[in-house]
Amino acid sequence: MKKAYMNIVSHEKIARNIYEMTLQGELVSLMNHPGQFVHIRVGDSLDPILRRPISIAKINKEEQTFTIVYRAEGKGTLLLSQKKIGDLVDVLGPLGNGFSINTVPTGEKALIVGGGIGVPPLLELSKQLNAVGIETIHVLGFQSKEDVFYEQQFLSLGDTYIATVDGSYGTEGFVTNVLNDNPFSFHTVFSCGPTVMLKVIEEKYSTNYPVFLSLEERMGCGIGACFACVCHRKDDPTGFTYRKVCTDGPVFPAGEVLI
Amino acid sequence: MNRLQIDLPGLSLKNPIMPASGCFGFGREYSRFYDLSKLGAIMIKATTEMPRFGNATPRVAETPAGMLNAIGLQNPGLQKVVEEELPFLQQYDVPIIANVAGSTIEDYVEVAKEISKVSNVHALELNISCPNVKEGGIAFGTQPEVAYAVTKAVKDVSEVPVYVKLSPNVTNIVEIAQAIERAGADGLTMINTLLGMRLDLKTAQPILANGTGGLSGPAIKPVAIRMVYEVSQNVNIPIIGMGGVQSAEDVLEFFYAGASAVAVGTANFVDPYICPTLIDDLPPLLDKLGIEHISECIGRSWKK
Repeated sequence: MKKAYMNIVSHEKIARNIYEMTLQGELVSLMNHPGQFVHIRVGDSLDPILRRPISIAKINKEEQTFTIVYRAEGKGTLLLSQKKIGDLVDVLGPLGNGFSINTVPTGEKALIVGGGIGVPPLLELSKQLNAVGIETIHVLGFQSKEDVFYEQQFLSLGDTYIATVDGSYGTEGFVTNVLNDNPFSFHTVFSCGPTVMLKVIEEKYSTNYPVFLSLEERMGCGIGACFACVCHRKDDPTGFTYRKVCTDGPVFPAGEVLI
Repeated sequence: MNRLQIDLPGLSLKNPIMPASGCFGFGREYSRFYDLSKLGAIMIKATTEMPRFGNATPRVAETPAGMLNAIGLQNPGLQKVVEEELPFLQQYDVPIIANVAGSTIEDYVEVAKEISKVSNVHALELNISCPNVKEGGIAFGTQPEVAYAVTKAVKDVSEVPVYVKLSPNVTNIVEIAQAIERAGADGLTMINTLLGMRLDLKTAQPILANGTGGLSGPAIKPVAIRMVYEVSQNVNIPIIGMGGVQSAEDVLEFFYAGASAVAVGTANFVDPYICPTLIDDLPPLLDKLGIEHISECIGRSWKK
């Protein structure tokens, strides 16, 4: 975990309001686990003042680059979207614990379920799983055809199914429509996306499979000091034990925290 | 000569910069970034007698040049702070200011009595101004007679000097500060956050689960400067100033207003290295302004 200024080497719009930014710098040498995130300062002014937590979508150690994908919709991410190649970005990271890929036995299959802006960290996860001989099935949900991204990149790693809420591309409906229609065979489930989706995945699979969920919460510091992103443990919902999304997560095994 | 050395009741500060309570946890997280011994002091997270989970999430919301928080004094409770958190900080050569919170005067007394016995706790900061807890908290800090009573009760049991953290959410802050001084407080820390609120455009509901939260960051600095300026001229105990400090220039402005040290809050979240950066930035700023020792700056705005 370090703070460094990193150089933007590519920055482009890849879907409706969705941007992909690749940054270069020594910080990449610390990035190892898929599902980790960085905390980015979007500008030098005081509005907005806080950093933005954004997940790591790709790590390229050889080129010392990593890639983030974000939706430009708020003040901070809109400012970030205006940055140009060659600009320097203040990055704090890598933060959080990410997905543990050695929970899947070699030769087994992993089911990867993503929704919207929860999809990006699952790409690096799938790459790393495939690199150690684990097959991956991807089920990705978006609002509409214009919102779909990274389909080809996931296809190059394994079977990939797309659902769109309005039915303009792939299966009409949610990721659950794809999951209900296809009797996939797998060993472990990894998921990142809207809370409502994570709840459904937890209910559907956690009785019979190991399930790992990446959570999102508003953060202050991103390093565990401010207690802004604290959640209850499931085995103690009204008690005083807790987990911090920023440092204990953002990835938790299903059943560990209340979502 | 150490141009940044400041001596206050219970505190021999190698420099006047310290992280503010609630913005630094119990130091562990920031110890991964730099040697905590570099700091003037550390104001640790509020400690209550029993563990507190705090408020529901979302607990933070942004505002221009600031943020709202409604953490709700989440902490592991007195016993764990004494047994697990304070021993961790023993390895650093830095005085600890323990922030004491409670729901009743008895709570404050119990925490103050026990935590002030810990060897690296050099002072207490009495938290009677947290806007995010329904019982205690701000209720103690907005009425002079209640502020007097809780300060006196804690002063009677504390083994170290007692600083009291003032709320800005009052009509007459001087009146409260003077009541606290009469109760025997050794110093004041000011200001705590300003009570604020933000609403979600789509739902029309508050963004924070708690509804309201405490505003901090550069947005509140002018309010803090004004209050330090007013209070410092009307009490004879030192003030640790805070509220939107993010540069060495801000530190000097608080000194000019009447502060003798400065705490840094929200800026830690923006830049985890902000405290050591300010410590390094102060001597060149003093050079630029022709100031030999930082203590010359205390109250310069109103001292003739």
